[in-house]
Amino acid sequence: MIANLGFGVLLVTFFVTLYSLLTAAFSNPKAFARLFRSIPTPRTQRWANDLEKLDTPQRAASMVESARRAMLLTFPLISLAAGLLIYLLVNDHYEVQFVYQVTSRSMPTYLKVTAWWGGQAGSLLFWSWLMSAFASLVTLRKWDRDREFLPWVIFVACFTLAFFIGMTTFYENPFKQFYQTPTGVEAYFLQPANSILFTPQDGNGLNPLLRHPGMIVHPPMLYLGFVSFVIPFAFAIAALITGRTDDRWIRLTRRWALWAWLFLTLGLVLGGRWAYDVLGWGGYWGWDPVEIAAFMPWLTGTAFLHSVMIQEKRGMLKHWNMILVILTYDLVIFGTFLTRSGVLSSVHAFAQSAIGPLFFTYIAITFIASVALVIYRWGELNAEAEMHSLLSREALFLFNNLLFMSILVVCFWGVIYPLTSELFTGAKVTVGPAFYERANGPLFAALLFLMGIAPLSAWGHSTLKTLGRAAWKPTIVAVIVTAALYALYTKNVYALIGFFLVAFVILITLYEYWRGARARQKSKNENIFTAFWNLTGRDRRRYGGYIIHLSMALMAIGILGIELFQIETQGTLELNQRVSLGGYDVEYRDIARFTGPDGREVTRAVLGVYQNGQYLGDLHPRIDYYFDAQQTMTIPGQRATMKDDLYILLVNWEPAAATGATFKIYVNPLVNWLWMGSLLFLLGIFIAAWPDKDPQRVAVRVEKSVRQVSAAD
Amino acid sequence: MKINKFVIGGLLILAAVVFLIVNATAGSAQYFMTVDELVAKGSDAVDKNVRVSGAVIGDTIQYDPQTLTLTFEVAHVPAEQAELEDEGGLAEALHEAVMDPARTRIPVVYVGVKPDLLRHEAQAIVTGSLGADGIFHAEELLLKCPTRYEEAVPDQAGN
Repeated sequence: MIANLGFGVLLVTFFVTLYSLLTAAFSNPKAFARLFRSIPTPRTQRWANDLEKLDTPQRAASMVESARRAMLLTFPLISLAAGLLIYLLVNDHYEVQFVYQVTSRSMPTYLKVTAWWGGQAGSLLFWSWLMSAFASLVTLRKWDRDREFLPWVIFVACFTLAFFIGMTTFYENPFKQFYQTPTGVEAYFLQPANSILFTPQDGNGLNPLLRHPGMIVHPPMLYLGFVSFVIPFAFAIAALITGRTDDRWIRLTRRWALWAWLFLTLGLVLGGRWAYDVLGWGGYWGWDPVEIAAFMPWLTGTAFLHSVMIQEKRGMLKHWNMILVILTYDLVIFGTFLTRSGVLSSVHAFAQSAIGPLFFTYIAITFIASVALVIYRWGELNAEAEMHSLLSREALFLFNNLLFMSILVVCFWGVIYPLTSELFTGAKVTVGPAFYERANGPLFAALLFLMGIAPLSAWGHSTLKTLGRAAWKPTIVAVIVTAALYALYTKNVYALIGFFLVAFVILITLYEYWRGARARQKSKNENIFTAFWNLTGRDRRRYGGYIIHLSMALMAIGILGIELFQIETQGTLELNQRVSLGGYDVEYRDIARFTGPDGREVTRAVLGVYQNGQYLGDLHPRIDYYFDAQQTMTIPGQRATMKDDLYILLVNWEPAAATGATFKIYVNPLVNWLWMGSLLFLLGIFIAAWPDKDPQRVAVRVEKSVRQVSAAD
Repeated sequence: MKINKFVIGGLLILAAVVFLIVNATAGSAQYFMTVDELVAKGSDAVDKNVRVSGAVIGDTIQYDPQTLTLTFEVAHVPAEQAELEDEGGLAEALHEAVMDPARTRIPVVYVGVKPDLLRHEAQAIVTGSLGADGIFHAEELLLKCPTRYEEAVPDQAGN
């Protein structure tokens, strides 16, 4: 009954979305008239005339309003469908196929709720729900000065939403139920003739790897990031269609892009943290195709965030920004598809289905149509200024963009290499993590270098001399730091290059910050802390950006540490036997096996950790065996410090044999800096993206003053 | 002149990226093969870095926790999506592979932690090389278990 209701709600939502997108599009017959006008046959000219007659302001306004209301209606509708699905999930309605696939009786309630996005059908519904929420938010804002964008923003949002809702309704419906027919049990939308509802006793249960509190935050964060990037795209397309190709669309969506970027970055970091805590292979990132699929829109999004500044300040790179936002949008769709489809073998491939061709068709259509629009408006997007100096800030930003694109190309190459090699040579060839590390390593290093240099450069023109004057002091300190590391810590050349660049970025950024605060302290007569505070408040975008740069440098420390200095050992220990690794002594003390409350059998070891003879505490690595899934899960015992992490896995223990227990022990140096960096990142992005008191007024002011200040900024 | 230095800069970056990609690809490419293809190559395949996919035979799994040495056998499963569909999907293909004694099998040795997902009828994707002794020495072991999580219809289906 409830499942049928849910199916009905989805169906209604689909038609409401279609209505909204068609009404929005036809509220503007002029656009179509222009299209017909361009085809020189008498009939199309007549159509164009008819359409132009239809175009009255009142009709347009009421149609847009109608489309807007329909758009707003989708949110309560999808919320209702989602609410019904959650009800079914929580109350063990295993006659519903989706519920059967992702939950079981032994799962705690919070996991039954998160199972919403634990399978493909539910994920698509979740995606649609977020899309509808964001589209509603954006249509609720004041549109006074940007009326002409509104129908097209609704159009793009609803077009995207229609695709996802359509997919959820007709292909991957979470409300399909099992029916017993004479030929067997099968899942159907509607009850077939001669059948009775079939209710299994228990469900499959969520894959144990997903039964973790990380499930509450990691997928939603990624999806939030994915979906919020649709909004800048919608505005970009609106700008292209209406021909209002100045930087208004960028200003309107700057915060959306920042929040999208925040969520996407957090999603990636949380995924890494989850892998580190649960997957039990001592790492956080495996260059898995699905990780890369989420990483690719991050790359284009990051490039976009940088290059829009060039358009705002200098009126350049307009085509490029359009291309970037289009790429980001289609990579987001691609990422959504990859994370859930199981096309490529990966830890994330928990679902398989036949919606691949639909996704690829959608991506192809939106990409081609968007690029065609850019080509149509090509002349209007020409740059207002020319690039002169290779060391000017705009040129360095351009290099930064090229580097991000290069990393994207490397990643894309790695993902599609098995497919292309099979096509051209007949042999399926894959590339592993080593490929990405070798190809991306130098590119990441170059990015770090630019991160240090670019903030010192001036718009329009910089020379080696001006850059050198600003950079020489921090550079000398960075060299000293590196020399000290060489003497005390490591002789590894890659590590030293990496640490030098990290020190370079951190020192230059701090130095810049300090110089700004000092200047303010002198001119405004403030104490240094007030000066810091006010400096940040006055140009939050710049100083938020600096903090984000610092956070990236901290993350780089963590990545260098675990990638280059991880050490490991493994072995079987008798009770009270010790093993040492990386300055730690680990003593195997105890082990116990017991049955947990949620249908799992836990085998938990107790290990005492010592350093220089001093007792530091106990660690409890364990193996959980899930009865319903017949699968084990290895959960490490960890002890984290800023210097290194001790990370212990319980590999094996047989209660019958008195041979002791087997452990694998890692020491992961500096990895904690990665997580600390991500916290600082949060702070930076909040500073950069927090809404101003009156965004409308501020935007106007900035727009007026921008041309004058651009040379000095 | 102005244009030129940007063009040159762009070309340099492009050249660097192409070099990086080609170099890294050449250094880490692995041929993906089925068990049949690997065995058919015979001595040609010995000591080449390859990636092989096969169905795990549950009875052959042996683990020595003292040395962390894991041995098991995998049976041939087709790699082509179309062939898998013919056999009724991956789960069914894996099931048939382990039930069919005529299928080509190879022994695999892996030293390390026994993966959680290793069990009868799982799909193992092993990366490593075939030794002259006919044993596949895996450096990396990935597992997929489609039987349970992609099961769309309860067990009772069709019975």
